[in-house]
Amino acid sequence: MLLAVFSDIHGNRQAFEACLKLARAKGAERFVLLGDFVGYGADPEWVVDTAMELVARGAIAVRGNHDEAVNTTTESMNNEAQIAIEWTRGRLDVAQRRFLAELPMAVDEKERLYVHSEASSPQRWHYVRSTADAAKSLISTPAHVTFCGHIHRPALYSMSVTAKMTGLVPKTGVSVPLLRGRQWLAVLGSVGQPRDGDPSAAFVLFDTVSCEITYCRAPYDIETAASRIRENGLPPWLADRLSQGR
Amino acid sequence: MPKPLVKSGAEIDGYTIGECVHAGGMATLWTVTHPGIDVPLLMKIPRVSEGEDPAAIVSFEMEMMILPRLAGPHVPSCFGTGDFAHQAYAVIERIPGTTLYKRLPDLPLPYEEARLLVAKIAAALTDLHRQNVIHHDIKPSSIMFRESGEAVLIDYGLSHHNHLPDLLQEEFRLPYGTAPYMAPERLQGVRDDPRSDLFSLGVLLYFFTTGERPFGEGETLRAMRRRLWRDPYPPRSLHTDYPPWLQEVVLRCLEIDPAWRYPTASQLAFDLAHPDQVKLTTRSERLKRDPLSVVWRRRFNLGAIQPRAKADVAAQIASSPILAVALDTVEGAPELNEALRVTTERILATLPSARLACVNVLKLNRIAIDKTLDEQGSNKHIDRLVALRHWATPLKLDESRLTVHVLEAIDPAAALLEFAEMNSVDHLIVGARQGSFRRTLLGSVSAKVASEAACTVTVVRPPRMAAAKPGAGVVWG
Repeated sequence: MLLAVFSDIHGNRQAFEACLKLARAKGAERFVLLGDFVGYGADPEWVVDTAMELVARGAIAVRGNHDEAVNTTTESMNNEAQIAIEWTRGRLDVAQRRFLAELPMAVDEKERLYVHSEASSPQRWHYVRSTADAAKSLISTPAHVTFCGHIHRPALYSMSVTAKMTGLVPKTGVSVPLLRGRQWLAVLGSVGQPRDGDPSAAFVLFDTVSCEITYCRAPYDIETAASRIRENGLPPWLADRLSQGR
Repeated sequence: MPKPLVKSGAEIDGYTIGECVHAGGMATLWTVTHPGIDVPLLMKIPRVSEGEDPAAIVSFEMEMMILPRLAGPHVPSCFGTGDFAHQAYAVIERIPGTTLYKRLPDLPLPYEEARLLVAKIAAALTDLHRQNVIHHDIKPSSIMFRESGEAVLIDYGLSHHNHLPDLLQEEFRLPYGTAPYMAPERLQGVRDDPRSDLFSLGVLLYFFTTGERPFGEGETLRAMRRRLWRDPYPPRSLHTDYPPWLQEVVLRCLEIDPAWRYPTASQLAFDLAHPDQVKLTTRSERLKRDPLSVVWRRRFNLGAIQPRAKADVAAQIASSPILAVALDTVEGAPELNEALRVTTERILATLPSARLACVNVLKLNRIAIDKTLDEQGSNKHIDRLVALRHWATPLKLDESRLTVHVLEAIDPAAALLEFAEMNSVDHLIVGARQGSFRRTLLGSVSAKVASEAACTVTVVRPPRMAAAKPGAGVVWG
């Protein structure tokens, strides 16, 4: 079965639509959503409604730190993120907020683990910045493949049975076989706010039979997404950064 | 030897096991058959039981990732792989014959035979590097030849694929490979430079033409590290009849700094295909190794050859293409030849490692007997070589980047296409058809070349003249 995995959509409708369209065109049969549905972008309602629909039809979804921040005020965030979350809170209705509040921190599905930040302590929202961070996550789960996001920059790590690590910045469109006999941590780029220098929306396809992962990019209407942010009075940097992919 | 887990007659995923044909330190090789596949097959099974070298597992994992992603005549076709969860294996095409290792008793080989042999291996490396793979274990026992003549590179257990995780990078603290053939930068942990394979091929060429290994057989790290500062004896100091062009090629492959070697395998293959055009530098004249003062300077300035920033293999190869420009030095209009030079100059300006082949076709008559001498009695072939060099002079190219060629053919387009194919030309620059009635009837060389070439083709026209009127009899190609 071909899985399409999305992370860090951040209220960016145009980016999420483009990813869903491309994933379906490539034959994706099942969707996994790794959290941070809201924050930064100007269409949180549409994104949450779409996620709810997908989940109703069998998609997997987990909670991100921005999703949590909608319902709590303890999360420490930078100023722009905080403004965006406060704005978002006022946009979501009760059902949408409940959906976000009830999302699980992680989903363990046979040999695959889905989590927003990393596996060692999902509630602490640690970033996977290095092979050392990746090792910490990998030793805390028996899963063959862990999928996570949170850092908005794609990376692929593996750990051998002798705990040796390798890291790779995956090339778009190239399928990589995730060999059995070692564990893998697939860190996804962001759908709605890429920060790896490529402004196109990032997601991943994973073939559960051949165990091959393909990092994909979908070009989308950045101009509209940025205008929506400006029109709604959100911090202008949140609009500007979209076209830079930073 | 531990008992193999696989036995004759057993069946794995539809493959019936035949006999064990090789039992190496890392893996065993078995003949296998499959009802749906009618080519001879081999199953490679890694040694993974307790007490075995962990390197066997990691290098087999690399091979399982890389083999199914390779294509073409220079690699064994891969029919299937099995993972470590059940029975790890890879089923590959069985190449008939033996590896080049069997030739060691015949060394040194005649220079001409070694040239043709290594040119074929360079062509195979060109193809492999274009598939983003660096072999990292080029040596006689990794090389076979098809009956049709192409070199086939086998054993990808130490290879690096630029788009896949490099499992060997982190696995071993020490460089892993075959000591006599290992490039110096490998000792510094560099695994992503395709020119490491050119160094290994240089070792092989040195060995096959002199009978001596340039860096000996030392397996210790200490012995291997010497190649970071100590150059080998120049082949001419071992064999007085050693051709200077061949020493130039060998020593360029064996340069310590990868930047001083050939930039790509296809540029090496090009020189091996045209030995009379190899630019001879002081390398070709050397009769002694570098003086001790130079060696000591290198020895204690190792930091000076810092491994460069990680480069994409594909980008590195793309920056060092072989360009060919087709020129009509006799009938070609001066404006067209000037326009060709301007275009060539612009392309070269962006590619400091590109090399340029200037090609002219000496058209043979279909019926009349061709005379080598023209009406004035001078040799047409040499005249044209001179004219090509003259055309190229304003480009101010280093001689090692420029070659000139006169092809004799009845069909100029076919001759250009063949030249491009034989020399792995990446980009062909041709002039458009000129406006003459006769050429209109004969058809356009540029159109045929542009439509049939396997490489990029640029068709150049002189700047458009304001005076040209429609219907004035000018036919543009």
